[in-house]
Amino acid sequence: MNYVFFILIAISIIFGFMFGKIDAVVNSMFQSCELAVKIALSLIGIMAFWLGIMRIAEKSGLIQFVSKLIYPLLKPLFKDIKKDSPALGDITMSLSANALGLTNAATPIGLKVMKELQEDNTDKDKATDSMCMFLGMNTAGFQIIPATVIAILAGLGAKNPTIIVLPTLIVTTLAFISAIIVTLILRKLWRDKC
Amino acid sequence: MLEKISVGILPVMILVILAAGVIKKVPVYEEFVEGARDGFKVSISIIPYLVALIVAVSMFRASGAMDWIASVFSFVLDKFSVSADIVPIMFTRSLSGSATLGLFSELAAKHGADSFVTLMAAIMVGSSETTFYVLSVYFGSVGIKKFRYALLTGVIADIIGIVLAIWVARAFFLASTGL
Repeated sequence: MNYVFFILIAISIIFGFMFGKIDAVVNSMFQSCELAVKIALSLIGIMAFWLGIMRIAEKSGLIQFVSKLIYPLLKPLFKDIKKDSPALGDITMSLSANALGLTNAATPIGLKVMKELQEDNTDKDKATDSMCMFLGMNTAGFQIIPATVIAILAGLGAKNPTIIVLPTLIVTTLAFISAIIVTLILRKLWRDKC
Repeated sequence: MLEKISVGILPVMILVILAAGVIKKVPVYEEFVEGARDGFKVSISIIPYLVALIVAVSMFRASGAMDWIASVFSFVLDKFSVSADIVPIMFTRSLSGSATLGLFSELAAKHGADSFVTLMAAIMVGSSETTFYVLSVYFGSVGIKKFRYALLTGVIADIIGIVLAIWVARAFFLASTGL
């Protein structure tokens, strides 16, 4: 991530000078600082709401119930999670919310998962295998109905915007499976040098 | 039909959770407030990570570097009936959700909502998740600074997703819509 951060900014500044767009680069730098804070602030309400709801679900034993059901299925992928941890239930909830396109619910629940995984982490600076697996699944972005895209197509007068549903589902499913496979392969190959 | 279900599922989920709480004699109001307090803390704690990521990405976009890379790639992709207009979407979709939707709307308006180019882009956008945003927010919320192989996984999965999208779009729509 250190390299990614450096390369993005270094290239921006060099290209900014080359193309004479350096003033636009500087402007966007300041504007996006503000944007980042705005995004975080707009998250507060929805985060508070969902973490409140999820806390009730946990206290009532609902999450643990889902955890037990899904345990055999997810266990091979998340091998460093303890059996009584609520994390597996929350992972299931988070992935389902993602699949249904409920981004507002998926992010707060996903962040709760990270918190639970972090509690079992011995090196607090470093990602665990389970975290990498969870984020691999998350960044693949499995979604059953691409609602926003359909809405845009419909808005622009597409004859039949829902024809993209099946092809998108095929791609998103295969991408999700590949993300899991890639994670499993990298887990074996990865050596922590730095 | 399916869209109706996904709208209804949220309120049903909330109802089930609350009902389960009441049945199990959980003090639902007090626990809700307790959980909500965490939501506030988490949102504030991700600000530094968000600033780092969003600043770097939007500087990159403003510098014109993205367009330059797109023009290099479009030369190769032309052979697979991939329009040069799609290339910026391929790069943006891992970086910024709102920028991707903006680019997609522009492209759909330019080429027509029923064109092959638009359908291919639609599949690409519909099957994507903003990898860099997810990584920085999720890791940021718990203070993880070493991502290990998570970033590499995300990027590889994104590339696989793009290739699959091109392939599936060709299989489904190339014959029926032409170019």
